[in-house]
Amino acid sequence: MELPTSALKGMLVEEFDTTTLLSHARKQAKERNYKDFLIVDVDSHQYENERFGEIIEYLEDPVLRQMAKSSQLSGRGSMFIVQPGSQDMAGRVTRYPLRNYEKTPATPDRQITLTNRWMDATGIDYAMLFPTPMLQMGLHPQQEVEAQLSRAYNRWLCENVLAKDERIRSLLYLPFNDPEACYKMVQDFGDKKGVSGFMVTTVRYKGVHDNAYMKTYRAIEERGLSLAFHAGYNWGDRNYETANKFLVVHALGFTFYNIVNICNWVINGLPERFPRLPVIWMESGLSWLPYIMQRLDNEYMMRSSECAGLKKKPSEYITDMYYGCQPMECVNNTEMLEQTFKFIKAETQLLYASDYPHWDFDLPSVIYDLPFLDEQQKRNILGGNAQKLFKLPKFERKLALI
Amino acid sequence: MSKIFVSKVADFEDGKCRIVAEGDLEVGVYRRGSDYHAYENMCLHQGGPACEGITMHKVEEILRPDKTYVAQRFNMEQEHIVCPWHGYEYDMKNGECVPDRSRKLKKFQVVTEGDSVYVLA
Repeated sequence: MELPTSALKGMLVEEFDTTTLLSHARKQAKERNYKDFLIVDVDSHQYENERFGEIIEYLEDPVLRQMAKSSQLSGRGSMFIVQPGSQDMAGRVTRYPLRNYEKTPATPDRQITLTNRWMDATGIDYAMLFPTPMLQMGLHPQQEVEAQLSRAYNRWLCENVLAKDERIRSLLYLPFNDPEACYKMVQDFGDKKGVSGFMVTTVRYKGVHDNAYMKTYRAIEERGLSLAFHAGYNWGDRNYETANKFLVVHALGFTFYNIVNICNWVINGLPERFPRLPVIWMESGLSWLPYIMQRLDNEYMMRSSECAGLKKKPSEYITDMYYGCQPMECVNNTEMLEQTFKFIKAETQLLYASDYPHWDFDLPSVIYDLPFLDEQQKRNILGGNAQKLFKLPKFERKLALI
Repeated sequence: MSKIFVSKVADFEDGKCRIVAEGDLEVGVYRRGSDYHAYENMCLHQGGPACEGITMHKVEEILRPDKTYVAQRFNMEQEHIVCPWHGYEYDMKNGECVPDRSRKLKKFQVVTEGDSVYVLA
């Protein structure tokens, strides 16, 4: 395959293999003795669009299923919301154009093989697997399409991946634009193998405090599962109409949508209503947290009557919740990062997240190499905190084949 | 200092990169005409294989004298090595990390002896 570059001739690539691409990650894993402790990745992804032909067979609505099959034949008009922007950095991140050329055996499922390859190379024992294009489904104008497609995807994932691999788990997609469908999803899938909880994509326009969601939160809490909010971006949002660079939309969007939702979650007192429901905020990095903790506390001290459900400062609720660390902002700012870790009680609340295979993924060394953490703190963040949160088996032997 | 064989000169096609290894050390060797550039195959960001990705020329903006934007273009005089993991870019001529030139890839000397190319490491 020829990868287009700035030169007249592109770069010829004969083969692609995740294990080879990540050979330096495996070296890091050996050098840092990851064999001695558990590593849990709370946020990784697959490209479910590449399995769309199989997933649509799980669509329960016959009309939508026929429409989806028809769109496959015409080569256009799938159910996904497609955003502009160059996630692969115009081909600079080569695993994007090359991933379809990776060879895998007939069994196990290709997704299991691919996921295990990067988990082994990076030293990750358990990974929470999420979709990719479906992260935009909260913007779909037809709520029944989000509800139907997410149900089909969850069924496909549970039957073909989670049921067959102990190390791959998920927090299943909730079709949040349809509160009743969310509740049914928890009832129908909450006890499936490999399901550690449920996930809401935050790029959408629904308030998390709406009464319609309370029974869903209660159902997740009653099962001892977790609720995650996964950020994203939306260039179509009027807030970003002036932005002409993907970098701006990405840098702001991934924090903005989680900020809006965490504010609504906290200020409406939902942590008081569901005190045993663990809540995780994914893929916004960490730098936004000191900002919003300070803003909310300052206003709360003057306007506490607006937040009658709260029994302590907003920041105290924020530091009771959990955070995926990726993409950790760590360019020449160790001092600020150390303060942020203290602010958010990282030792108990921070969860390692890779976001692999996306363009801004983080290796475990991003945590392990921080100079201000001791060995136990590193191990908590890389796996111990998630092991307790998700009730994973205690570490006895390394599952990743480093 | 060791001398690592890279290639026969005749076999090293102009515009290509060869990765050579000795022990734990990996070096990416680029041939550009009669020039050779060699850097450690280790990205300064997260340790990715910096020399195993594509190369791209510098993207620059074209502005009018009144500072209004016209378009963008590739500067074909400045080639960048691009790490395939996250897209960190390094200047082919000196290994400097393009967005922060205080940091640079470890550079190695390349010599040709007879019909062969070697890296001195």
